[in-house]
Amino acid sequence: MTPIRIAFLGLTDTAVLVAAREKGFAQAEGVALDLLRDTSWATLRDRLVYGQVQAAHMLAPLAVAVTLGLSQQPCALSAPYKLNVNGNLIVMAPGFSAALEPDTTARLNDPLATAHDFATAIGLHHRKPIIGVVHRFSSHALVLRYFLASAGIDPDRDVVMRVLPPSLMAEAMRAGEIDGFTAGEPWGSAAIEAGLAEAVAASERLWQRGVEKVLTFRTDWMEANPDAVDALLRSMAKAALWCDDPANRAELAFLLAGPAYLDQPIALVERGLAGRIVARQGEPPVDLPDFLLFAREATPFPWQSQALWIYSQFVRWRMVKPGEASRAKAASVFRPDIYRRALADSDAPMPGASSKVEGALTSPLPIGAPRGAITLGPDRFFDGRRFDPDQIEAYLAGFERG
Amino acid sequence: MRIVIVDDSGARATVLEEGLRDAGYDDIHVVPPRGAFVARLERMAPDVVLMDLGNPSRDTLEEMLTVSRALAKPIAMFVDQSDDSMIEAAIDAGISAYVVDGLRKERIKPILDLAIRRFNAFARMQAELDDARTQLADRKTIDRAKAMLMAQRGLGEPEAYALLRSSAMNQGKKMVDIAAALITAHDLLGGTP
Repeated sequence: MTPIRIAFLGLTDTAVLVAAREKGFAQAEGVALDLLRDTSWATLRDRLVYGQVQAAHMLAPLAVAVTLGLSQQPCALSAPYKLNVNGNLIVMAPGFSAALEPDTTARLNDPLATAHDFATAIGLHHRKPIIGVVHRFSSHALVLRYFLASAGIDPDRDVVMRVLPPSLMAEAMRAGEIDGFTAGEPWGSAAIEAGLAEAVAASERLWQRGVEKVLTFRTDWMEANPDAVDALLRSMAKAALWCDDPANRAELAFLLAGPAYLDQPIALVERGLAGRIVARQGEPPVDLPDFLLFAREATPFPWQSQALWIYSQFVRWRMVKPGEASRAKAASVFRPDIYRRALADSDAPMPGASSKVEGALTSPLPIGAPRGAITLGPDRFFDGRRFDPDQIEAYLAGFERG
Repeated sequence: MRIVIVDDSGARATVLEEGLRDAGYDDIHVVPPRGAFVARLERMAPDVVLMDLGNPSRDTLEEMLTVSRALAKPIAMFVDQSDDSMIEAAIDAGISAYVVDGLRKERIKPILDLAIRRFNAFARMQAELDDARTQLADRKTIDRAKAMLMAQRGLGEPEAYALLRSSAMNQGKKMVDIAAALITAHDLLGGTP
């Protein structure tokens, strides 16, 4: 048995890791998987960078930021496997969201209109709203910025973003320290359930197939231990298939809700897994069928274009100076080559290309693949823009601030 | 040199603060990581911030160090980032140190060395305390089971103890578990304690 220790934060999107351990997928591949829970991304990052764990459940933008030297100790990290796509909510206190579209289904279905309502609500609010984000280098923060900016809101001027770990968000709302937040499940739903907040937007409606958590290694460790990495990735692929199967949802919710992982009510966790989101306390759930994906449509495949989209947003918000060296480094964090190697002999869907134009698909599209065909789901951004990884400058020039 | 300890465990912060004072540092502040602690920190303008690695507010603090104008630029975590053994030791001790301005290595190393030793000492103390508590609780359980055996079966104390011990040995269990099972059974059967 190869021992592998993985650090994680208590979130519904650790499902694949939890299933790999609890359902024996890791053991079947000869991996003794040890999961270590942290409560802050800073600690999780340090454990990975300084070798206390061999891998981590990581925010994709944080993996890119560490590699670019933007977040404490610079260190080359590699993400050969995506643990999920989507899965986040933006929620705001009822007092604030009273200025938005009252029909929550309509609100979630039309993010562009909601962003404009949001701009109005900021004007009506008696002060700058304070919005909790889980990390500066998170998809949450990048997508929130994108969402706000689409209605002319300057996220650095018109709102205050406060960084808090996801598990403390609801408590911070209760204490009046923040007016809303964006986080992975079950934390948005927990705040809604407590009557502290209402859903404003869901990540699957902002970028239909957005990039979220990735399985991350230190590049040097990953390259020195190919057999362990391959075995782990094979077990992840099997666990992901299990997690995506609706027949297993109740059991998965039960496993995740336990004290070692989320320590939250099972019904709350199950809603996030099923994409049945209660947008306001007491309302029937809204169906969001693509709320959280683990396996289907080659979800785990680390498209390099998605690492580059993250880089483009870093440039847009002046977190990094644009440059060829940074661009290449950012792209290299996602490692489709390792994914292909590890899963070569499995049934995992294998796209022919490693990069694509993001946001180009408005309906499901079958694509050619070395083995059979894969149907990619729609990956539209809510404002209809397309991200061509070969045209980053032109893409950024299209935004008012870039 | 101003040192701020961000911690909500009164005992740990005290252990650390005392050590730093003994070592000749006198501008030391303890700030619990709650509410507007970040604003307080900014007003204090510390040179060094020490924090427990397990503290969820680490993300908040790092964000402040990134954007704060008052604290200038964060120069380093764990002081000299090339000093791997020190980083290892700090992580093992569960301590995270942020140096908020360009302090020289020679000045910061003794602080961190001391903090690591103190954090380790605190962890040991805590473990010993937990141990002592468990042992005390175990002894009480065994004493009660022993008293029950003495009363109900007319045994003397050494015989009652021997009976508990041999049952534990036969079943491959801890004596305290046998004693606890006996007490539970006794209570279930309506016995008086």
